[in-house]
Amino acid sequence: MASTRTTLRTHWVALRAMLVFTLVLGVAYTALVTAIGQLALPARANGSLVHDAAGEVVGSSLIGQSFADASGAPLPGWFQPRPSAAGDGYDGGASSGSNLGPENPDLVSAIGERRSRVAAADGVSPDAVPADALTASGSGLDPHISPEYARRQVARVAEVRGLPEAEVAKLVDAHVQGRDLGYLGDETVNVLELNLALAALVGD
Amino acid sequence: MAALLAVAQAATLALVLGLLYRPLGDYMARIYTSDRDLKVERGLYRLIGVDPRGEQSWPAYLRGVLAFSLVGLLLVYALQRMQAVLPYSLGLPAVPEGLAFNTAASFVANTNWQSYSPELTMGYTVQLAGLAVQNFVSAAVGIAIAVALVRGFARRGSATIGNFWVDLVRGAFRLLLPLSIVGAIVLVVGGVVQNFNGFTEVSTLAGGTQQLPGGPVASQEVIKLLGTNGGGFFNANSAHPFENPTAWTNLFEVVLMLAIPFALPRTFGRMVGSNRQGYAILAVMATLYVVSLVTLSALEAAGNGTAPQLAGAAMEGKEARFGIFGSTLFGTTSTLTSTGAVNSMHDSFTALGGMMPMLNMMLGEVAPGGVGSGLYGMLVLAVIAVFIAGLLVGRTPEYLGKKIGPREIKLASLYILVTPTLVLAGTALSFAIPGVREDVEHVSIWNPGVHGMSEVLYAFTSASNNNGSAFAGLTANTPWLNTALGVAMLLGRFVPIVFVLALAGSLAAQRKVPETAGTLPTYKPQFVGLLVGVTVLITALTYFPVLTLGPLAEGLS
Repeated sequence: MASTRTTLRTHWVALRAMLVFTLVLGVAYTALVTAIGQLALPARANGSLVHDAAGEVVGSSLIGQSFADASGAPLPGWFQPRPSAAGDGYDGGASSGSNLGPENPDLVSAIGERRSRVAAADGVSPDAVPADALTASGSGLDPHISPEYARRQVARVAEVRGLPEAEVAKLVDAHVQGRDLGYLGDETVNVLELNLALAALVGD
Repeated sequence: MAALLAVAQAATLALVLGLLYRPLGDYMARIYTSDRDLKVERGLYRLIGVDPRGEQSWPAYLRGVLAFSLVGLLLVYALQRMQAVLPYSLGLPAVPEGLAFNTAASFVANTNWQSYSPELTMGYTVQLAGLAVQNFVSAAVGIAIAVALVRGFARRGSATIGNFWVDLVRGAFRLLLPLSIVGAIVLVVGGVVQNFNGFTEVSTLAGGTQQLPGGPVASQEVIKLLGTNGGGFFNANSAHPFENPTAWTNLFEVVLMLAIPFALPRTFGRMVGSNRQGYAILAVMATLYVVSLVTLSALEAAGNGTAPQLAGAAMEGKEARFGIFGSTLFGTTSTLTSTGAVNSMHDSFTALGGMMPMLNMMLGEVAPGGVGSGLYGMLVLAVIAVFIAGLLVGRTPEYLGKKIGPREIKLASLYILVTPTLVLAGTALSFAIPGVREDVEHVSIWNPGVHGMSEVLYAFTSASNNNGSAFAGLTANTPWLNTALGVAMLLGRFVPIVFVLALAGSLAAQRKVPETAGTLPTYKPQFVGLLVGVTVLITALTYFPVLTLGPLAEGLS
């Protein structure tokens, strides 16, 4: 067995090593990466913020946001994102999925309610509502919807905004993001970017 | 079409890992066998009081590991308790004792189980000076243990297995740090944030307000994955767009998790002087990985279960930009390594799909496993496999020229027994202790029915195997779970390490036995098949009963 003296010495070495690691791997490394990020890629390092026509920051292109009124009712004049389990919905300070299991009765009834609500609002058959419109994402901050869900919303948005459907449909088509490198992930539509373009169109 | 795209993505991953296998594996072998120290390292050794040429016996090596980890545990605990007076803490208070213990144990044990919601709990200083540092050094410790065991096979008649401090310093500074700097920059290019801005309040387009988080995320994200740690900067972990913004960063993050564990068999082959021994281990790991990935992907694509059927696809808890395969690829990788990061919520997977991450961890995280821990876990299984082959076909139980005698088999068996004991005892006690049971059922469990039991089983499987992922509906920030899971993480990490280092010492002391006609060739497909079989069989026999109480009951009813 090791003597007390050896044991103490080992811990003294360990303590000094840990302090060196903390300074180099904690402080210096973080400072270096931050400096590189802030100097070379400031827009991305600071959250890919997007601005409206007036130049005001309205959010991040990477973080989904709510297009509902204060009571949580969806505003029909905006393209709607997916359901969100982050706080009261798209709370950037409380990212979270619902964590409801596949047999959880709360999830089963929520999906049913969403299906009839979305179908009624968009004027489509309940069978035509795509899965991403019925399910909350893992982060609760998913900025995207499927192109299919965006297209289902065209008629509603066009009607509320008093725009020709074809024009709104063109807007959606222009905002379909292909797969990364042509084959990674799924095709998506960024809801905030689409709605920004919509706002520019109607001068909102 | 979807299947074709999935195959293309998987093929890209295989290609990248294939290209990395030799250079990275050889580089690691050089790191751990070179007798030259860099100038800056010599200064560092003087500073911490270590003779870099001083070789250690296995007990001395173990003392270093334990002392270093104890100091880390106390430091991370202290930083959390002092949070209120630390800079860049975003006004957050000190972390309560139980949670601070659980978190310190979790990060020192390379687990990164998170009983807390980071946005609401951890300021930037605790994250970067406490948690991120442990992400580096706990990974370096894991590789050091694996290298020590490989030295046990490589050395002959040796009383020593290396120097822990040298292995630790080289792993951190020559391997993890340079790769992390490059990886962090790539992630920032993809959109991962790196700042000290705190929360920014913005007025949203529809006239509401939103808090946008900031933080030094990229620097922590890269080592969280490269070191197979897994602790998210944010609650949603790698599902959060600021941690994992695009489909290509998602694939890049998968590469980060797999790069070192899949290259270590090469390092092993190099160090024992036979590359084909490395290829055999690689083949075992890759076989298990592919089978697991295909199974989970098929289950999630099929989307069985009431809620997924009703929604039309198993998209609950999954991000649109990753799709189903981007989610199953990440989930499989994260739980077959010891990472435990998630880019989709495993709690919302289909019932049988949700069983796959559990099974992956129950395999002992050896395909390819955590950095270092995957290789030493697989080598212990190889020792068992050689022994079983000896019993079955009358071969002399030896591996890489070392006799597998009673002492080696005892140590390997004890290693195999540790995690199942922790998993099953922890789960059982959660439902058996009066008072605890009520607390677990009414406070911790989120989903009703057998799925709730799966949440508890998942938690103890994850903690004991040092994974860190969760059926995250579970509220783990309770006195019982913080304590029990914290203890499970520490025992699940350090007790097996004791057995591995003892095994390393025992093997290093042996002379090489000459190969004879009775020697089992451990580089041939038949051994690969045997080792795959042993790995699966041990897991199945151990865990089948408890799986029938949870995910199997849910998925087959």
